[in-house]
Amino acid sequence: MKGMTIIVKTVSSWIKVLIVLFGIYIILFGHLTPGGGFAGGVILASSYLLLMLAFGREFVQKDLPLALDSKLDCLGALLFAMIAVLGLVLCDKIFFANFLYQKYLPGQPFNLISAGTIPFSNIAIGLKVGASLFLVIFLLSTFRRDTSA
Amino acid sequence: MAIFYILLLFMIIAAIIAIETKNLLSSVICIGALGFGASLMFLFLRAPDIAITQIVVEVLGLIILIRATISRDLTFITGDKEFFGTVISVVIIFVIFLAGVKVFETLPDFGTAIFTEAPDAASQTYISKGLHDTGAANIVASVILDYRAYDTLGEATVLFTSIIGATVILRKKAKKLLEDPE
Repeated sequence: MKGMTIIVKTVSSWIKVLIVLFGIYIILFGHLTPGGGFAGGVILASSYLLLMLAFGREFVQKDLPLALDSKLDCLGALLFAMIAVLGLVLCDKIFFANFLYQKYLPGQPFNLISAGTIPFSNIAIGLKVGASLFLVIFLLSTFRRDTSA
Repeated sequence: MAIFYILLLFMIIAAIIAIETKNLLSSVICIGALGFGASLMFLFLRAPDIAITQIVVEVLGLIILIRATISRDLTFITGDKEFFGTVISVVIIFVIFLAGVKVFETLPDFGTAIFTEAPDAASQTYISKGLHDTGAANIVASVILDYRAYDTLGEATVLFTSIIGATVILRKKAKKLLEDPE
């Protein structure tokens, strides 16, 4: 897969930065504005998929190897479970207790640093969804090409 | 209310084109237009969270997934339809249509918030106490990541397990192809 024409390559290399920025914004402000981990993660994955369509598989493979991608996936899942277990340990033995908001860091509502563990859960879910969606589409595309060729 | 009927008409036309067109890629793009109509409808019903998720998954995810996985337009369904199967499916569709008419008669009008009619519904607690309990300005985030975070953990586990399954099945061929590309 060699990629597309130079017009597509140039435009997608500019657009990709904006898409990544928008995905990070959606994830980080998930507790203030509409959006959240799932939508932001899909946006992050789609930026890499745009690169894959424009430049070909090998280019993306150099930028984000499969091994690193599955590690990011596992890291997101582990972070989310860690937040749950930390609530169990630190706050009255309640699974998924919002320990940061209730005890350590109340924060001001409507500010970026507020709502305790919710932003961290958003980051974990965004990492997980983005990495896993990119992984499965990448694998599906290679598999499909292999059988149909 | 007129905007909803215009959107519904748009979505029905998109669905018919998606079924009838011969090219797989343009069919998928018509599905994307359908999802876009649904997303606009969610937006007008004041549900921006679900609208963002809808547009991201159905428009971006679906089209990019299909574009990345198909190599050329390869699916053509040909052949005559059997008479018996057609009769059976028409009967089943008619029965489902009758049941649907019965069910939709009991629903409230399109676009009215159903929980305003039940003052002791669970959502009233979330709306009135959500900001105080969790500190999150977005009530949806406070529900899915604080009140019902257990559900989100289950959802993440389902996603994780399915990705593991897909990786195990597809990994060998992908690895072979990466070492020896085309």
